[in-house]
Amino acid sequence: MSRTTTASGTPVIIVTLLVAAWLEVLPLPDVIEYFRPEWLAVAMVYWTIALPHRIGVVWGASVGLFQDVLLGTVLGQHALAMTLVVFIAQSSYKRMRVFPLPQQSAVVFMLIGVAVISSYLIQGIAGRAHLPPLAMLLSALTSAVFWRPAFSLLRWTRRQFLVR
Amino acid sequence: MVLVVCITLVFLDLRTSWVGWIRYGAGYVTDAVHYVAHLPSTMGTWVGAQARTTEDLRDDNQRLDRQLLILQQKAQRLAVLEAENVRLRELLNSSARLDARVFVAEIIGVEPDPNRQELMINKGSGDSVFNGQAVLDASGLIGQITQVGPLASRVLLVTDATHALSVQVNRSGTRSILVGTGHPDRLRLLYVPDTADITEGDLLVTTGLGKRYPAGYPVAIVVAVQQEPGKAFLSVDARPTAHIDRSSHVLLVAPTAARRSAEARASASDEPTAATNEEGGIQ
Repeated sequence: MSRTTTASGTPVIIVTLLVAAWLEVLPLPDVIEYFRPEWLAVAMVYWTIALPHRIGVVWGASVGLFQDVLLGTVLGQHALAMTLVVFIAQSSYKRMRVFPLPQQSAVVFMLIGVAVISSYLIQGIAGRAHLPPLAMLLSALTSAVFWRPAFSLLRWTRRQFLVR
Repeated sequence: MVLVVCITLVFLDLRTSWVGWIRYGAGYVTDAVHYVAHLPSTMGTWVGAQARTTEDLRDDNQRLDRQLLILQQKAQRLAVLEAENVRLRELLNSSARLDARVFVAEIIGVEPDPNRQELMINKGSGDSVFNGQAVLDASGLIGQITQVGPLASRVLLVTDATHALSVQVNRSGTRSILVGTGHPDRLRLLYVPDTADITEGDLLVTTGLGKRYPAGYPVAIVVAVQQEPGKAFLSVDARPTAHIDRSSHVLLVAPTAARRSAEARASASDEPTAATNEEGGIQ
């Protein structure tokens, strides 16, 4: 954090991430469980492309580790996935920012698809994956659908609380 | 660099218990998130309870009174049977079956990942919960504790694809291994020989052989027995007797002091006696 002189609003980022974590474990009926968006990954993608100089892979790995403990998965499963997501988002944030929203959604689908599949692979190593991987991609699909409202909400939050 | 750390972490967590402190430390925050996620349903229950009429409550009370009467009557017979059972076991020189104490925990979360069948309960390390503790509900075995956090614990359900336990058919005493399939209402029996005495509707109970679960708790009911020509084993499907998806409270089985000391003795003398550990082999 060499540029912390102008950085502000870390608590706000943490609160949005906690809300995302809350949405991750909120009880849902079994039928729509497959469609639960990856809220934490969506929030991390937003913060990465909004503040690429602050939010990097270390944030990604920490949030992923937090998600691992939250969901009781193997430590490092979501940390790895989130690191990949943040890394890719960080290296393409300039393009992401000028994309129109539908195209952004498509990129988010791919990003979260990468996250879901890599996390699925590690779950497979741990012997806990038995559903077809394509079923896992459904959550990436809904994440892309929910990208637009999540983006608007997070941008509003960022402007409201002057997070830089 | 970060990726290497992550991959190392995966292997450390899978193969060793060195990184448990991360889980425990972060548990203070994640358990709180689970509690908050449970709030809406708690509030729903509370509002529902506040909105009930006196008449409803009176009806409930009457119904529970009747139920209590019936259960008390059954319990009376149970006491006699238990005494008789102990006497017979003494005659047979096998160890007495011990009545386990239980305490109640509330379910505060269900695992969102459909790959895994797990629950969160509101008892943590402060409530003397331990790894491997058996979890029941009113009608059968639910699973076992796999992670103990500071405020909450994680329960691996018997229906999880990685779960297996030793069971026996209550009617005939045939033993087998019951494994989860990953579906919330389906279990499978492994390696049941073609000639085994097992039919639809049979109750499967724990044997206590794995030293994990206490013996004699109902687990599942056989729903389908299929003989496939050319195969050495029957394919047997069962469904759990516990209302895993409907219950809001579970029971944790606390090992009795006698059982703990018996286990300590057995491990100290380094020659586990079958009778003490399996809580009596003769059924």
